[in-house]
Amino acid sequence: MPVCSIHCGRNAVLKRPKTGDALCKECFFEAFESEIHFTITRAKLFKPNSTVAIAASGGKDSTVLAYVMKMLNEKYNYKLKLFLLSIDEGITGYRDDSLNTVKQNRDDYEMPLKILSYKDLYGWTMDEIVAEIGRKNNCTFCGVFRRQALDRGAHLLKVDCLATGHNADDIAETVLMNILRGDVARLNRCTSIVTDNGDGIPRVKPLKYTYEKEIVMYAYFKKLVYFSTECVFAPNAYRGHARMLLKDMEKIDPSVIMKIIQSGETLKVKSTAKLPTLMNCTRCGYISSQETCKACVLLEGLNKGLPKLGIGKSSKVKKALDDIQQNDSLCCSARGNSNVNNIKDLKDKKCLCLGSQNVLSVQIDEISLEKLTVE
Amino acid sequence: MCYVSLRNVNIKNISNFAFQTGYFLISMADLKIALEFGGGAEVLVGNQKVHEVAFPSKNKVWTIGDLLYWIKDNILKERPELFLQDGSVRPGILVLVNDADWELMDTVNYELKSNDRIVFISTLHGG
Repeated sequence: MPVCSIHCGRNAVLKRPKTGDALCKECFFEAFESEIHFTITRAKLFKPNSTVAIAASGGKDSTVLAYVMKMLNEKYNYKLKLFLLSIDEGITGYRDDSLNTVKQNRDDYEMPLKILSYKDLYGWTMDEIVAEIGRKNNCTFCGVFRRQALDRGAHLLKVDCLATGHNADDIAETVLMNILRGDVARLNRCTSIVTDNGDGIPRVKPLKYTYEKEIVMYAYFKKLVYFSTECVFAPNAYRGHARMLLKDMEKIDPSVIMKIIQSGETLKVKSTAKLPTLMNCTRCGYISSQETCKACVLLEGLNKGLPKLGIGKSSKVKKALDDIQQNDSLCCSARGNSNVNNIKDLKDKKCLCLGSQNVLSVQIDEISLEKLTVE
Repeated sequence: MCYVSLRNVNIKNISNFAFQTGYFLISMADLKIALEFGGGAEVLVGNQKVHEVAFPSKNKVWTIGDLLYWIKDNILKERPELFLQDGSVRPGILVLVNDADWELMDTVNYELKSNDRIVFISTLHGG
């Protein structure tokens, strides 16, 4: 059994992928936590006395993030008010179980928790969406909707900042994926540690330089309970291929993960490259590269019985949307009255076809920070 | 005599025999190993997190590499390619030997000792 590289005299329990050091449990905890603290302070992620929502899925990353944030907040006196924010996509056998883990986090870490559901926000659960579009493009819907759901949730909670559990492997994976897709615009911004979606609430990634292996080892040694069932819809996701490629390369040399992130960070898109200009969605006001944001397009497709609408090229989408606009009598009634609210209603505060009742606006008004309590 | 002839049979048969006959298990199988599956890896072994197993260790050294194939042949319930790849675990599955990273112990070449506890943790799932 090798001894700890720090020369503390204890036996090593882990080989760090980032450095190759063999560390004992105590020295590993110390290194793990202080590196995250260093990441936070160097990038000035949080201002004192601000409120921070931690995006919590019940998985390993957000569980470790919540634990470490609470610990560092106390240890280094960040003076942050921490909240948990969860999105319920409505995936039977996945999210309903993982939300129980989030509730456990709420109790263990004594943080208020707010759960927002796709059904509340969009009128559709993921189960219903999959029933409509099949399993090929469902992760597109889920990802796009979740991104906005977290933004909306952060907005509703009136927090100053939203922290997500993206780890180093996730970021490297995204860099690879954007290269494979030729998505230069996303490649350009996907490594940023702070991003802003135009609503003034920054999204930050405190675990950006933390390896997945260390997160899992940390959770294991700290005996943190997290939820680990694969999403029942995930096996067909494109991301899985990028992930396997990355994991295979990591086996040969673990430092590739940091090197890919570094490449993404230092990469500069040449000035002649055609990049989409960012604007606000004409329907919901969220930041978008198109006139109508992806979430609104996908939702429009679902509500009009054209679920493939948002999957193809944006030029085709625009044409299809114009066609729909001209034929607006189809709205909602195409699917009965079960899915009356779309994103457009958010702004107009009324549904185009029903005119008055809006499920969403009522629910939004009910949510405020004061009402969040630790049960 | 019995043991020698059995050694030439494939591992699966030995273990099946060992499981079926308590006598064999007690007299010959003196390498007791506790296996644990977590982080989603338990799905591959019928959702049973802990497996107590025993191997005949006389004249035979068992490495984790051997153990992996034994697991594949005996307790893996589905999709072996999600567990085993190129003679080792699939990248993304962490292995701990008595609560220490197997990368500190020569990974597949580690020689099992009695009462070892081997833990497999999958990291391959979303959050």
